Amino acid sequence: MTKPLSHLDWLEAEAIHILREVAGQCSNPVLLFSGGKDSICLLRLAEKAFRPGRFPFPLLHVDTGHNYAEVVEFRDRRAAELGERLIVRSVEDSMKRGTVVLKHPNESRNKHQSVTLLEAIEEFGFDACIGGARRDEEKARAKERIMSFRDEFGQWDPKNQRPELWSLYNARSHKGENIRAFPISNWTELDVWQYIQREGLELPSIYFAHTRPIVMRKGAMQPVTAVTPALAGEEVVNLQVRFRTVGDITCTAPVLSDADTVDKIIAETATTTITERGATRLDDQASEAAMEQRKKEGYF
Amino acid sequence: MTIQTHPIEDHGLLRFLTCGSVDDGKSTLIGRLLFDSKAILADTLTAIEKTSLKRGMEQVDLSLLTDGLQAEREQGITIDVAYRYFTTGIRKYIIADAPGHEQYTRNMVTAASTADLAVILVDARKGVITQTRRHSYLAHLVGIPHLVVAVNKMDLVNYDQSVFEKIRSEYLAFAEQLGIKDVRFIPLSALKGDMVVERGENLPWYQGQTLMEILETATTAHDEHVEAFRLPVQYVCRPQDSTNPELHDYRGFMGRVESGSIKVGERVTVLPSGLSSTVKAIELGGQSLPEALTEQSVTILLDDEIDISRGDMLVRATELPNQTKQIETTVCWLSETPLDKSRTYLIRHTTRETKAKIASIPYRVDVNSLERQAVNGLSMNDIAVVNFKLAQPLFTDSYRDNRSTGAFIVIDESTNNTVGAGMIGLIDSANSDQRDAA
Repeated sequence: MTKPLSHLDWLEAEAIHILREVAGQCSNPVLLFSGGKDSICLLRLAEKAFRPGRFPFPLLHVDTGHNYAEVVEFRDRRAAELGERLIVRSVEDSMKRGTVVLKHPNESRNKHQSVTLLEAIEEFGFDACIGGARRDEEKARAKERIMSFRDEFGQWDPKNQRPELWSLYNARSHKGENIRAFPISNWTELDVWQYIQREGLELPSIYFAHTRPIVMRKGAMQPVTAVTPALAGEEVVNLQVRFRTVGDITCTAPVLSDADTVDKIIAETATTTITERGATRLDDQASEAAMEQRKKEGYF
Repeated sequence: MTIQTHPIEDHGLLRFLTCGSVDDGKSTLIGRLLFDSKAILADTLTAIEKTSLKRGMEQVDLSLLTDGLQAEREQGITIDVAYRYFTTGIRKYIIADAPGHEQYTRNMVTAASTADLAVILVDARKGVITQTRRHSYLAHLVGIPHLVVAVNKMDLVNYDQSVFEKIRSEYLAFAEQLGIKDVRFIPLSALKGDMVVERGENLPWYQGQTLMEILETATTAHDEHVEAFRLPVQYVCRPQDSTNPELHDYRGFMGRVESGSIKVGERVTVLPSGLSSTVKAIELGGQSLPEALTEQSVTILLDDEIDISRGDMLVRATELPNQTKQIETTVCWLSETPLDKSRTYLIRHTTRETKAKIASIPYRVDVNSLERQAVNGLSMNDIAVVNFKLAQPLFTDSYRDNRSTGAFIVIDESTNNTVGAGMIGLIDSANSDQRDAA
């Protein structure tokens, strides 16, 4: 009988256990690092799991070419500080190869990341990809496994997932198949922020309140950038905002906020009234089944 | 120096399971817990308000919060376990929600495997039914330490105390038969909100705790009794290539304390070699800890150079597990492909894997009648006693003593699917009297 761990200590211990299971069971894993807050937590967890040794996997970022400069800079700096190998594969290269074809030049590249990811998996022969997805993000994720099986085409078949019991994970795969491992499945957005606070983790600046030119489009805030200019007739306003998730510029909206520190963000998150994806993902709102459909196609 | 910080009052994390069908108001109960503990966000609420309105309902139908699974079941797509999260400020909760119908034994066993507590829903109008018994049997089988029988829909029986008392005595008679010890009863109305988070005003005769009060104070599975120290080694850290000469001899044995605890300076024995050494240091994230606690993921350094690899286990010499190549187990078959007695399977137990053959299947348990039946093979959802012969020894405890070192999964190597869930020892206590008499 020992005193139970605090909820953050428990979540941390579980995530470390999962990372070590991936390292122990898989021969060539990779950790997906985007520079976003969830994958920043993953890196800290990997340090706790494997230091003073090196990580038993490289880091991979699938870059749409439409990421905020602050995030890309952070990504490179963090990987260098850790002394770990960072592989970057870009959707633009897939477009040059002709494996990604946009319907029109302005189409969001976000969903095409799947193609580039699968190409990277094949190029390096990765048998497991570690990602920072959480079950609380979206309905279709609530039943996602911690070790999620993907076939040779990277497809997630909801009918063909392995039951997961106790903490006995089955990360076995045949050649060409792939496991997606989600060590922070059981974390919520609030847990992530509390962990960032406790560990004193550094984040890209766009997570904190800042002033940025915005246009309102279909009820959502669209940042005005080189990739997403204001359209004729749209009014550009400067607003104080922060990002709750960081992804492709074309499909990530900020929220109005004056929270410029982690403490203020936690206070805001604890009392927020809108779900993380509801607030910020322009692509999920199309339909409730949108995420499930994209996952079947190999999306992370 | 310790990293255990309990800022205000942190009761850690509780995992629980809700058992019952939609007809019992399970989805409404989960919805009520989330709603009254203010875990539902506005956009979700707006979405279910819209749907409620579309379906011609006057008030918000809280069951729609968990409707994802329901819709899928109707369409025959995915039948599965969904996990939901909420926090009350002093405790974080993970709810495992599995469909309650008969054919889904495997889902309930899956959901139950990680649960510390099960809420078993009983419809006050129907009382203890076959499904109640089945859920209770499975929850008990999988070793959930606390059962809470929520007698729901009290509003539909005029909050009549005698209805509640009758259900309680019926259930207790049956629970005694199964050997269930910790069971509590709450009359409630998930629809009206009585005794879920708020007490309401309709049940003045009930003096016990609300469901939320029980959840806030329930102990987790590991706090039930003193457990032996078990640390299965997951990974060995040997940073020889490091430029830091101090690390040239570093050998860290990494793993999670599955049960018990260990302090720096204590003697440990390594299985299978049987060699012993002293714990030199316990590390986590670059910090030294005086002690490794249950469920903590740590790195252990030993005084002596012993060859240790993944799949080995650190224990105390005074509390050794069984080291065995034959196991008597209770198995739940999970796969649509039936068990084939002539095949070799793979068993994963802690961080070890071994090939296994089926020595015998003494009997199957009918989860409704709890009768024992002779069988030749196993189909999906079957619960049976299975004896295995193993190629490599495992270090086991009985599941009743230890839910980590007593549990294993069965893997089909041709597909790599997880096809069975196993618990070591005869844990089917339902008819133990008969067995003893025979």
